[in-house]
Amino acid sequence: MNIAVCVKQVPDASEVKIDPQTNTMKREGVPAILNPFDTYAVEEAISIKEKVGGKVTAVTMGPPQAVEMLKLCVSMGVDDATLLSDRAFAGADTWATSYTLGLGIKKLDKVDLIICGKQAIDGDTAQVGPGIAENLGLPFVAYVRKVLDITDTTLTVERLIEDGYEVVEVSLPAVITVVKEINTPRLPSLKGKMRAKSLEVKPLSAADLGAIPENIGLAGSPTKVFKVFSPPVKGQREFIEGEPAEQASKLVAKLHELRVL
Amino acid sequence: MAIMVKTDICVGCGACVSQCPFGAIDMKGEFAAIGDKCTLCGTCVDVCPVSAIEITAEPKAAQADDITAYKGVWVFAEQRGGAVAPVSFELLGEGRRLADKLGVQLSAVIFGTGIEPGIKSLIEAGADKVYVYEDALLNEFHEDAYADALTELIREYKPEAVLVGATSIGRAFTPMVAWRIRTGLTADCTSLDIDTEKRQLQQTRPAFGGNIMATILCPDNRPQMSTVRPGVMKRLAADPSRTGEVVRKKPAKPLTSRTRLHNVIEVAGHSINISEAEIIVSGGRGMGSDKGFALLKELAEVLGGVVGASRAAVDNGWMPYPHQIGQTGRTVCPKIYFACGISGAIQHLAGMQSSDLIIAINKDASAPIFNVADFGIVGDVYEVLPQIIKQVKEARG
Ligand SMILES: Cc1cc2nc3c(=O)[nH]c(=O)nc-3n(C[C@H](O)[C@H](O)[C@H](O)COP(=O)(O)OP(=O)(O)OC[C@H]3O[C@@H](n4cnc5c(N)ncnc54)[C@H](O)[C@@H]3O)c2cc1C
Ligand SMILES: Nc1ncnc2c1ncn2[C@@H]1O[C@H](COP(=O)(O)O)[C@@H](O)[C@H]1O
Repeated sequence: MNIAVCVKQVPDASEVKIDPQTNTMKREGVPAILNPFDTYAVEEAISIKEKVGGKVTAVTMGPPQAVEMLKLCVSMGVDDATLLSDRAFAGADTWATSYTLGLGIKKLDKVDLIICGKQAIDGDTAQVGPGIAENLGLPFVAYVRKVLDITDTTLTVERLIEDGYEVVEVSLPAVITVVKEINTPRLPSLKGKMRAKSLEVKPLSAADLGAIPENIGLAGSPTKVFKVFSPPVKGQREFIEGEPAEQASKLVAKLHELRVL
Repeated sequence: MAIMVKTDICVGCGACVSQCPFGAIDMKGEFAAIGDKCTLCGTCVDVCPVSAIEITAEPKAAQADDITAYKGVWVFAEQRGGAVAPVSFELLGEGRRLADKLGVQLSAVIFGTGIEPGIKSLIEAGADKVYVYEDALLNEFHEDAYADALTELIREYKPEAVLVGATSIGRAFTPMVAWRIRTGLTADCTSLDIDTEKRQLQQTRPAFGGNIMATILCPDNRPQMSTVRPGVMKRLAADPSRTGEVVRKKPAKPLTSRTRLHNVIEVAGHSINISEAEIIVSGGRGMGSDKGFALLKELAEVLGGVVGASRAAVDNGWMPYPHQIGQTGRTVCPKIYFACGISGAIQHLAGMQSSDLIIAINKDASAPIFNVADFGIVGDVYEVLPQIIKQVKEARG
């Protein structure tokens, strides 16, 4: 079983602080991390491989420093890593990202399963996984919370829906996205760290991938960012004072006033 | 490389460095220098006081079609078991407003068979027209079959904008449709508007867990597609006197899917969908135990709401994961959000800070949750909650 896992380097949200004066994000020195959702994708890929054998390749599109993240994946147990890196990829929206990652995955030996995180925490779009599936013409299952069974030709999973979950079988090759509930990611092993250290990742450029210029980066993106701004400051922040009974009655009165009760 | 700093104009003021949403700009000597993290979002171009930063024109993401042939606003009406999802009615309310601004028809699209009452309710909620794609496979959710049906309808009838609820289903299959049509899709929007002159949909959404907002356009491709967060748009009062046209469509041969649905399991006690609840009573580690959550359930019950939880509470096993709110759980936007014994970590705020009204109860007055709360109560949940429950009950009679 050849598995590709798509991983993205994102700013560490827990390090992001809000400046209370200006209500803007303070970004100085915010470290880049492996997208938290992708850690579950990596873990799932490794544990499937441990069960049925095969090879796991981590694939990312990003700046050269994303190598660090790929090394982290290898230290967790991923076998190989592919970095798609080119200035021409900058400004890609989910369409252009899916296009580029699809080309990267086509470069690998025949892939049976592609695993993505549910979403990346910088954009929160959850659109790249399904985009890759379409690009490669593969079936897609979103929000997988458990892998129940895997054979050479099918995968059976539980996937989250609004009010519970569904048991779904999909033919392979396929693309899935996974949610946090699916597993507990392992920590890097010593052996893995040694392997990661010696791993050389040669970035693939747009030309290496044979990418069509009109399909990559900003040029290939149907959506354009028109403006970015800080969310409006929250309205009336008010502490309700008093003994518990008094606090409760003041609150209930306020809710009545606002006609929300 | 399509962005550059004109060093003959740059005065080295640093305005762009502090405003860049991606931390991609540094001062190199006297001038700003744009690094690898740049996503070409254009914020720096706007903030530069001397217009020293330029993004050069690029070839356009081509779509074969003539985009002026696309007319009308569509809302995808999600249904399960014949019941139309509440978010679909909200989108019809918003879609009506946008369609009227553009001077075009508002249409709803619904999939499946045996859904006549649903079709009628869409017209009552504001649709001029309902496209019904009749195929029994669509009574279940299959990513590929749903994408097939919506793609076929869009190709045939060419709407200029398509709104879909940002539910599990909507967010799973809409990106596939956008990929096939080669158009833009903006995820999880919380506000929409129209530039009537350019006929452009301005799609505003939170990013970075709600820490910044971005307005996205899709200038050169059609339809302009958005998934829209449940709970933010206003539905219209149902008007039974409204009439509308129903267009029925069947596939040339029955749809097929490469996925097979074996089973649907509803999580017990979770029949109410947390992303669409109007009132959510959430608890965190400060609730202390299952018993603490019993208090929350009681309050949720008297208010007609549902119970949510922080990750700490889920990790402690006090609530199942589908109730988790935040970056790695659900994003919610209810009318009232109670945060009880929740500290307000940024990952939790990411899932709830766009709620209409936030009430926080925490014994630590410096807890960050109070920064996003409309009403804060500093106190012990075990003392305050029973009082609130009691008084709401009394107020209700
Ligand atoms: C990658 C990543 C993803 C994450 N995703 C999520 C997510 O999706 N959702 C999420 O919620 N968290 C998430 N977290 C975890 C998050 O960082 C916090 O650890 C978590 O939200 C804390 O939960 P809490 O507020 O319930 O607990 P705590 O932070 O421990 O806060 C408990 C609060 O209760 C108060 N308290 C205690 N006793 C009482 C009492 N008797 N009466 C009143 N108040 C009391 C305390 O003053 C304290 O403020 C994530 C973390 C990471 C690293
Ligand atoms: N630049 C990227 N490189 C590799 N994988 C990505 C990239 N962007 C997104 N993904 C994958 O797609 C998932 C969804 O991302 P998004 O659609 O951006 O929310 C992520 O969890 C990753 O698995």
